[in-house]
Amino acid sequence: MKRLATLLTMLLALLLAGAAFAQDSPPSPSDDQVNAIAKQLYCPVCENIPLDVCGTQACAQWRELIRQKLSQGWSEAQIKQYFVDQYGDRVLATPPAHGLNWLVYLVPPVAILAGFFILYRALKAWKQPASQAISEPPASSQPDEYMLRLEEELKKR
Amino acid sequence: MEQSEPITTQVPEHSRPHWGRMLVWTGLLVLLAILALGLRRTQQGPVAVGDRVHSFTLTTFEGEQIHLKDLQGKVVVVNFWASWCKPCEQEAADLEAAWRFYQPGGDVVFLGVDYVDTEPEARAYLERFGITYSNGPDLGTRISQAFRIQGVPETYIIDQDNVLRFVKIGPFTSQEQIKAAIDPMLK
Repeated sequence: MKRLATLLTMLLALLLAGAAFAQDSPPSPSDDQVNAIAKQLYCPVCENIPLDVCGTQACAQWRELIRQKLSQGWSEAQIKQYFVDQYGDRVLATPPAHGLNWLVYLVPPVAILAGFFILYRALKAWKQPASQAISEPPASSQPDEYMLRLEEELKKR
Repeated sequence: MEQSEPITTQVPEHSRPHWGRMLVWTGLLVLLAILALGLRRTQQGPVAVGDRVHSFTLTTFEGEQIHLKDLQGKVVVVNFWASWCKPCEQEAADLEAAWRFYQPGGDVVFLGVDYVDTEPEARAYLERFGITYSNGPDLGTRISQAFRIQGVPETYIIDQDNVLRFVKIGPFTSQEQIKAAIDPMLK
């Protein structure tokens, strides 16, 4: 009877400890949570393939690392910063705006603005000769010296 | 009969410099120059034998900082590897054996640069192959970019004057192959 009581106490203690452990440890991050961060990263080994869909072992290890960091309570920004510190800026899908990276953000809008400006100037240049032609007096009021000479030359032949 | 006044067309004066146009052209030229430099860099390939190797710093997994410039006067074997790289496993034991061979002399230093790897797997790899020479992650991929490596494994052997003397793309197949690359630099 005494042995049974000891056994039951031990079993209860084990159950309680298990329940307490289950409450303490956070749930393992889902694949979606991992991929939400992974798709913003690129592994330098397999260029142009986002980390969430890359099938190499290197990328699988990286995804596992993201999972570990998430389960340790790291935020998305902290994880991305960790990857930048370890592997450099080039792992980011969106390059950070500093140094030469600024060109990525500056060149497209500047090129579009320059395009609009060139178009505006071209349209203005096309409009000007047309308006000049309308304002000029009819040709009959002013004999064209060149035309007269041309007609004379033609008559001679 | 009164003649109408001759038409005089006003020609705009272009004596002022076209600052806007000059600015656009300058910007375009600068952009093209940056693109050309970038393209040239990507097309360059690995550092060539005979080139002087710029100093780099390897922070080992134990936290020790090793600067190449401090190793002048010694032959330095720089091996790029990764735990996910199967061909690296092929040469791991030979590299360790070669390191143990040269270690007592003190004339040769082996440095392992762990490329684009995760630390737990890298540490497990080092333990699995019993690697004892200095190893560390390629933080920010700065060292691999300086050597312009194409992949792993790759090994670069630098002489006593920091000049690159030997490049091995792919794994070494024997310890003798490693020794054959190092020994001529020790004479």
